[in-house]
Amino acid sequence: MKRYSTARKIFVVCNYIFLSAVALSMFLPILNIVAQSFSSPKAIDNGDVLFWPVDFTFMYYQYVFNDASIWRSFAISVYITILGTLINLIATTSLAYPLSRKEYVGRKFVLIYVLITMIFTAPLIPEFILIKEIRLMNTLWALMIPTAISAFNLFVMRSFFAQLPNELIDSCRIDGCGEIRIIRSLILPLSKPVMASVGIFYGVTNWNTYKNALYFINDRSLYPLQIKLREMLVNDNLADTGNQLFSELATASPQGVQMTVIIVATIPMVLIYPFLQKHFTKGMLLGSLKS
Amino acid sequence: MKTGVQTTIAPRLPTRSFRRTIRYMKKYKTLYLLSIPGILYFLVFKYTPLMGSVIAFQKYNIFQGFTGSPWVGFANFEKMFSHYDFIRILKNTIILGIYDILIAFPAPIFIALLLNELRLMVFKRTVQTIIYAPHFLSWVIISGIFIGILSPSSGFVNQILVFFGFEPIYFLGDNAYIRSVLVGSGLWRDVGYGTIIYLAALAGINPELYEVAEIDGASRWRQTLSITIPSLLPVITVLFLLKIGDFMDYGFERVYVFQNPLNLQNSEILDTYIYKAGLQMQQYSYATAIGLFKSVVGLFLLFVANTLSRRATGESLY
Repeated sequence: MKRYSTARKIFVVCNYIFLSAVALSMFLPILNIVAQSFSSPKAIDNGDVLFWPVDFTFMYYQYVFNDASIWRSFAISVYITILGTLINLIATTSLAYPLSRKEYVGRKFVLIYVLITMIFTAPLIPEFILIKEIRLMNTLWALMIPTAISAFNLFVMRSFFAQLPNELIDSCRIDGCGEIRIIRSLILPLSKPVMASVGIFYGVTNWNTYKNALYFINDRSLYPLQIKLREMLVNDNLADTGNQLFSELATASPQGVQMTVIIVATIPMVLIYPFLQKHFTKGMLLGSLKS
Repeated sequence: MKTGVQTTIAPRLPTRSFRRTIRYMKKYKTLYLLSIPGILYFLVFKYTPLMGSVIAFQKYNIFQGFTGSPWVGFANFEKMFSHYDFIRILKNTIILGIYDILIAFPAPIFIALLLNELRLMVFKRTVQTIIYAPHFLSWVIISGIFIGILSPSSGFVNQILVFFGFEPIYFLGDNAYIRSVLVGSGLWRDVGYGTIIYLAALAGINPELYEVAEIDGASRWRQTLSITIPSLLPVITVLFLLKIGDFMDYGFERVYVFQNPLNLQNSEILDTYIYKAGLQMQQYSYATAIGLFKSVVGLFLLFVANTLSRRATGESLY
């Protein structure tokens, strides 16, 4: 049993207190939002709600679930998250795999070609003009196609493929496999872990997409959830009148409704968080090895 | 370079004739075919807009396009520097960037060092799970949470202030506080996530070093200074260089979602201004000039920081 000095003991106690405070500062605001979403408008206005609901009510949830436009935005976000992530994975894998193979002459050139786009990012306006020219404006494709490959994730995948043993591929080739067969029955089954982590990364990005939707989508019926949520937050803040979005209930207590939509928009993140946490450390580290 | 090596390897390349290359590529045509969509993707969505930046030197007209619009040299850049708002916006961008480097950059190192001292594994894991989480929330949701907890009438931060006898503060509607809110929310979101890489580096330090130091009678604090910090230095340098490269890129979303007319004076940055001038007011060439200016300054900073770092510590990105 080691003996600790007094200074050490004080440090240890302070350390536990400080880190608990940091963790609580992340946890309590979210608890406060949840509590507000279940509290009556009056309790919220009086500032009675802390971390537990006051005058428990489901009214905001009923309102949110009855609002067709919120539902539609939710559905659109689900759609672009699923389809978008699928596109991300297919596009990224089909470039990352060849770049990991020594048989691919010129892979260094292609790698630099990709790296350059990480260093020089294109300004917004020319990108906007491009999206307009190729007629992606006001389509959900504008949220999926221009972000199909992230160079960072590409490098993560490439380094995963590169560390698969070459002998495996060679022996498969000797057995008469073609490249497609190698990918389908050898590479893909082996790369489940990297697919999961990169897929979850892409999924989170797609679910949170806001900027591109703001730039490229004007059609209200195509708004993803983040845009919709932002609109609801701003409308209260600026007391924008004549806004058809808010029913009587919402005008009576916009804050309760806002907090409820925040919860609804967060639920998918909460559901995947256990998987997320398992994978992201691995993904981060794989990526950092590259640089 | 030994000549022997050259004579055995060098002649191989020139003798590989064009026909042989084609035959080789045919043999592995699947690999090449697979890579074509990805290569095209970068060409279309990354390189084309990059080339499109030339409109910064034009008086771009949407009907005449890149080729038909008249060239104006540096007129858009002159307009930028003489614009009454530009200097203020540039100043905002720089101040936020400096705050971020001073506060948000060292914070994860600090937290990682503290986490590393914990012996109670359950506690460590719980804290980590909680502090990683905010990183995965969108900026819109984070702004919503902050709007909620900072609300002057019902937010709990102001309730605490009132409880201690202070006046409630409208944090988001006040130019004096908006920068703190922006930096604070960024810290709140990313400090936990930022610790991952440092914790990994800490886990990689050879435990024997500590044992030896302990035998020599070094205190825990002494060990931190002489073993832990130096071991982290390469990671810190690389991340710092990346951060410097992003200095002008404070991020459109994280600022835009907190903006309102009351705090615009101190919260407008280059990215949000580019959006407003470019897409809302359709001054395409002007906004592109600002974007180009931003990228060039960012690259320049990265280059300078990298050179300085290579001279001083031997660590560099390239």
